[in-house]
Amino acid sequence: MKKYLLVIGIITSLSSGCNEDFLDKKPNDILLEEQVWEDEGLVLSVLTDLYDRYVDIQQLEQWWEFTNFDEAFASNFNNYWRHRFQDYNYDWWSIWDYGYIRELNLFVEKCEAAEELQEEARERFLAEARFLRAAIYFEHVKRMGGVPLILESLEYDFSGDPSYLQYPRNKEHEVYDFVINEMEEIKNILPDDVNIKSRATKGLALAMKTRAALYAASIAKYGATTPQVSTSGGEVGIPASMADDYYQIALSSAEELITQGSYALYRKRDNLEENFSNLFLDKNSNPEVIFVKDYKTKGRTHSFTIEAIPRSLREENIAGGNINATLNLVQSFEYLDNTFSPIKTIDEGTGDYIYYDNPMDAFSGRDARLGGTVILPGSTYRGKLVDIWAGYQLADGSVISADHLGGKAVLPGKTVEEQVVGFDGPIDQLESSAQTGFYVRKFNDPDVGSGQRGTRSDVWWVRYRYGEVLLNAAEAAFELNEVTKALNYLNEIRRRAGFTIDLTASDLSFDRIVHERKVELAFEGHILFDMKRWRLAHVVWNGDYTDLTENPGKADEPSTRVFALWPYRIYDPGNPNDGKWIFKETIPSVVNNAHRFRLGNYYSFISDKIRNSNPLIVKNPNQ
Amino acid sequence: MKLNINCIITLVIAVVFASCQYDNYDEPGILFDGQIVHNGAPIGVSYNDVYFELWEPGWQLKYPINVAVDQDGSFSALLFAADYKLVIPEGQGPYRSMISSDTNSDTINVTLTGNRTMNIEVEPYYMVRNANFSSSGRTVTSTFGLEQIITDGDARDIERVFLYVSKTAFVDTRTSISTSELDRGSIGDLNSIRMSTDVPDLVPAQDDVFARIGVKIAGIEDMLFSAVENIQL
Repeated sequence: MKKYLLVIGIITSLSSGCNEDFLDKKPNDILLEEQVWEDEGLVLSVLTDLYDRYVDIQQLEQWWEFTNFDEAFASNFNNYWRHRFQDYNYDWWSIWDYGYIRELNLFVEKCEAAEELQEEARERFLAEARFLRAAIYFEHVKRMGGVPLILESLEYDFSGDPSYLQYPRNKEHEVYDFVINEMEEIKNILPDDVNIKSRATKGLALAMKTRAALYAASIAKYGATTPQVSTSGGEVGIPASMADDYYQIALSSAEELITQGSYALYRKRDNLEENFSNLFLDKNSNPEVIFVKDYKTKGRTHSFTIEAIPRSLREENIAGGNINATLNLVQSFEYLDNTFSPIKTIDEGTGDYIYYDNPMDAFSGRDARLGGTVILPGSTYRGKLVDIWAGYQLADGSVISADHLGGKAVLPGKTVEEQVVGFDGPIDQLESSAQTGFYVRKFNDPDVGSGQRGTRSDVWWVRYRYGEVLLNAAEAAFELNEVTKALNYLNEIRRRAGFTIDLTASDLSFDRIVHERKVELAFEGHILFDMKRWRLAHVVWNGDYTDLTENPGKADEPSTRVFALWPYRIYDPGNPNDGKWIFKETIPSVVNNAHRFRLGNYYSFISDKIRNSNPLIVKNPNQ
Repeated sequence: MKLNINCIITLVIAVVFASCQYDNYDEPGILFDGQIVHNGAPIGVSYNDVYFELWEPGWQLKYPINVAVDQDGSFSALLFAADYKLVIPEGQGPYRSMISSDTNSDTINVTLTGNRTMNIEVEPYYMVRNANFSSSGRTVTSTFGLEQIITDGDARDIERVFLYVSKTAFVDTRTSISTSELDRGSIGDLNSIRMSTDVPDLVPAQDDVFARIGVKIAGIEDMLFSAVENIQL
């Protein structure tokens, strides 16, 4: 009997315990879904993670991606291969990130259902997630062509037949249409605030809309020159008849942003070179910057400056000087009288070298963006002179140099060793030395300490800025034959760079548009996609071993290898040229192959794994 | 029971080595080779640029075996004995595939049981005919004709022709040390074209060079080539 009582007692106490939920505790190490969706702060942290996964190729945390084309040389042993390969692989730049897209779709669905959030906050979160979703689709269509547009979260029912989850690729223009329409719909929900830089704003929606429309338009127009780069189903390629409509959208949305007047070109400094480089550094109510990936000292930082700082000024015992701007890029910057010319090294009359008093003289009279983008020999960084010179040239033409930075040797007629090469090089095949004769200034942090591992740099990565919007407007207007408008926008950009003579209708050409983007937007992640949408990539990177072009202003000149310009000092006591500077064009010996961009590179390879799991996916052409 | 540590080690080693033997396949050993031809005449292409695909049906996942085509149109692959389907992907080579009577499509069935040499018949847009090379001094001269093969709706015009000279037997735009080119307008009679180019001084010196004709067909990425010719200077 006692036993039964005991059993009954235990059962009673257990069941009553159950009633009081004492086993039903809330976890204190994870947040449950309903907890997240009732708290604005927590939703924001979910969204922050989604923002953080925004995809770039060229980016401050991946400096080497800047060196794949003809803008920069990688002075770094592990990346020399970037100048030694011949063909871009078909799977380079492949992306198929439906994991991220699914999470964005889930966010949109859950946010729509989150009734406990304040209406205003909920709408903004929703619009931001839609922005990010459009951004990742934009990234996909730029690289892969049309991809399946999945706008809801898909669930597998474990029935053994997943075929209902298999969607075919959308047409290329449908994905662009999606991006354009989404931006149109969310632009008025997003805050219209110039000071918000790292979250989506109305300005950003318009900027992305104009960029997407411009890409679609130029693919439609210039895709006609490469009819093989298309599929019969329209997954790749946009009909030429759609070009004008897209150019119209690109122009009108750029103008909507321009006439709104809340953004402006950055003009805070009087020194135009300094002004241009500061545009990327100034976080204090910067009127030009629209959307960034932001960094914060003692919070989240990046090591771009550690890698890119001139070697002689580095603050760590490793790295530095890894990115060298190329002569290909440097000579693209015009003279202020709107003419193009390679850097002048040889006197045409005498056939002798040109003797410059100061190395900077070789680059004088050019576009202020040159000094703002590139660290030239004889210029300063953080107020200190960079030390880029390859050696002494003697009267008989022989050169005295050394094989290590700042190396010493005895000059003829002297008895004491002295420095015969710069502390920044250039020394061929020596990592971190300026093997092209130049370093990169854009995004390079001037703050002391930013080149140290313990501090690192907090310079932000600018993804969208007003300057690009102006160039988009100029290009769209040019293509629509609205010459006055195109000139207005182009000249506005050029005046900021120090040009005093405006371009006129007779100057305006496709080459001008291409050139202006090349010099204004260098190292900002545009080069690959611009060359692709103009269908210039296979023409400019054509695999031929061509010399450096004499026509830097011509859009379709091949540029398959990176070139260097080395400054030498003259040592010839008694001669008036003693102590002056000459320049020699050369090619780093690391560069032993010419890059070839094949037609199959226009749209990256869709892996067999993807096509195995979804047989509806058609291949990209020419691979 | 007492376990002897040496005994265990011996056992482990024995198992490891034994499994090595049993777990691995033999490497593929059947040689499949041949040439891409038109009416038996080989078609020249550039190296590393042209391939075709072999598919083996019956597996759960499908991955092609890409077989590279060499400069003289030849190919070779070491494979397992099986039934393969050979496909020339669209846009590969300066030619289009023929409809195989076997499959009634552009797929060609290839059954491998032992080594097999098989030429693949295709339809090129053009063929280089009667290519002759000669040299006088340091000038390399070539005479040749171009015959249009595809004349139906798919017919393509010629964009340019090139005469390439290289130091090695790899001859195309990537390795050329001296190139002369003619665009369509300046070709004239397709049946008799004459091109010449001067060979620069070579370092280190060599007294022979390699040359061949390349033909860029409008709208086709892969160029058509003649056979490589070794020329004494």
